[in-house]
Amino acid sequence: MKIIVCIKQVPDTAEVKINPETGTLIREGVPSIINPFDMHAIEAGLHIKERAGGKVTVISMGPPQAETALRDAISMGADDAVLLSDRDFAGSDTWATSYTLSKAIEKIGADIIICGKQAIDGDTAQVGPETAEFLNIPHISYVKKIEDISENSIRVQRMMDEGYDVVESSLPVLLTVVKELNEPRLPSLRGKMVAKKAEIKRWGQKDIMADENNIGLKGSPTQVKNIFTPEVRSGRKMFEGTPEEQVEALIQELRVLKCL
Amino acid sequence: MSLIIDIDKCTGCEECLSSCPFDAIVIKEGKAFINEYCQFCMACLSVCPEGAIKEIADEKPERVKVRGYKGVWIFAEQRNGKLASVAYELLGIGRKLADDLNTELSSVLFGAAESEAQELIKWGADKVYVSKDRILEKFNDEPYSQLLTTLINEHRPEIVLAGATPIGRSFIPRVAAGLRTGLTADCTSLAIDKETGNLLQIRPAFGGNIMATILCPDTRPQMATVRPRVMKRGQYDEGKKGEIINIKADGLTSRTKVLDTVKEVSDTAINLQDADIIVSGGRGLGDPEGFRLIEEMAEILGAAIGASRAVVDSGWIPYRHQVGQTGKTVCAKIYIACGISGAVQHLVGMQSSDIIIAINKNPEAPIFNVATYGIVGDLYEVVPLLIKKIKESRGL
Repeated sequence: MKIIVCIKQVPDTAEVKINPETGTLIREGVPSIINPFDMHAIEAGLHIKERAGGKVTVISMGPPQAETALRDAISMGADDAVLLSDRDFAGSDTWATSYTLSKAIEKIGADIIICGKQAIDGDTAQVGPETAEFLNIPHISYVKKIEDISENSIRVQRMMDEGYDVVESSLPVLLTVVKELNEPRLPSLRGKMVAKKAEIKRWGQKDIMADENNIGLKGSPTQVKNIFTPEVRSGRKMFEGTPEEQVEALIQELRVLKCL
Repeated sequence: MSLIIDIDKCTGCEECLSSCPFDAIVIKEGKAFINEYCQFCMACLSVCPEGAIKEIADEKPERVKVRGYKGVWIFAEQRNGKLASVAYELLGIGRKLADDLNTELSSVLFGAAESEAQELIKWGADKVYVSKDRILEKFNDEPYSQLLTTLINEHRPEIVLAGATPIGRSFIPRVAAGLRTGLTADCTSLAIDKETGNLLQIRPAFGGNIMATILCPDTRPQMATVRPRVMKRGQYDEGKKGEIINIKADGLTSRTKVLDTVKEVSDTAINLQDADIIVSGGRGLGDPEGFRLIEEMAEILGAAIGASRAVVDSGWIPYRHQVGQTGKTVCAKIYIACGISGAVQHLVGMQSSDIIIAINKNPEAPIFNVATYGIVGDLYEVVPLLIKKIKESRGL
């Protein structure tokens, strides 16, 4: 079984604070981590390999420093890692990112491709399904349980709003996974040693034979126009005085609105 | 456009590093360098004291002619043959966008009966493309994306919206990828740019810490998924007339098969999204015991209990109570935030509530930016008083 896991290195957004004066993000000291959902994707890949045999290759698109994330994945037990890094990949939106990943996946070859359901910095959940479309293979989103896997098919539970669906697919297939699927393992000591020495391949646009019109900013249909912090709600009322006075004033307001 | 750093001017002062929300500027051999994380938000342009960061306009390859695309479409999802509530919300925003563009609003409905198509018209659609084919009754990515793609290619709408639900977020990306057009996820606000006619797609970014406006200027349709429970429903008009077009679903194929659908409803999650009143607690509670006070107030108000991500991550209360970007989006009549500072990722999940009451020690807390009423004070003083007063006013 050839398994590819797609991961992304992200800033730990839970640690990001906003500077109240400037409204900008305070990035200092915010650590870079493997996207938490991708940890579950790595675990799923390793688990399938243990059950069905095969090889797990981890790929990531990002700047050179994303190599750290790939080494971490190797320390967990992944066999091979590829970093897609090229100046020309800069500014990729989900369309161009998915195109780029699909070109790398085509080059490696895979029976199962596993992604986290979304990355915590962008929260789009689009790269998995878009990549499957580029590869012309089926995908199943929000996988919370792998029920069965054989040489040419897989049966999983897909999370929905009001429960779950049991879905079967032929292989090759792309899965996006949620946290409920598994508990990611910790790296072993041996894994850490292996990761230290592992050679991480680095591929650029030419290595994966990507069309230069389809990558990076040039290949991205969407653009960020601007970023901002949300506005103050109009008609806001800040009460003043002692806690008693403030609470009384609030009760009065709610009475007028017939909310009590 | 692209951003470049003039190496001759760059002094390596690192001034620009902190301006970048995406960590895309690094120092290499004493000079600034923009890496692959760059999203071209231009935040760094003005901060360089040497003027070494420059914007260069470059030509994009022409892909699809923007002209010739007309009309606003919404994908109306159904579950068990009934319209999902997000469909009504999409009609609300879709109608507004269509009116601003002076064009038609059409709806696409898969696997449901004509009575549901009539509903869509009464709630604002001018046209409904409906297919009752059995293969579309249960959601399945491939037939859904094949048929929607075919329809879009045939009728060329300029805007296509769908709900940011497990269904919309799963198959709409396939459609956008195949059409070679942009897709913006989980929008919380949409508007038409008066000058260009482009769709301004606003969404939380960066883990919900900031908001971003996204454009899809050169390709059509402009596609977006819209967060449920954020947009208001449209106007219902019993007498509204529209056209229902039955579409053929021939030749659809699928390599995936839905074998079974299992219902698994968590009471609390439903309560939270359907509740008229929500009392929420955050880190200001100090410890998990603080939720006792929240429970007490919720009980007398008949309210559901919400929580910020911070306290859920700390294990004070289960995830199903979490309100915000990665939790539930709520739209309550009254939302009471106790000891919640109001990170954007929380705000995006509750700010469309009608009345927001914020109680926080820190007068600068961002929660007050979205509040209808703000009380600055210690919640352990304010909340018991509030409970007492509410009881009094109800003669308890």
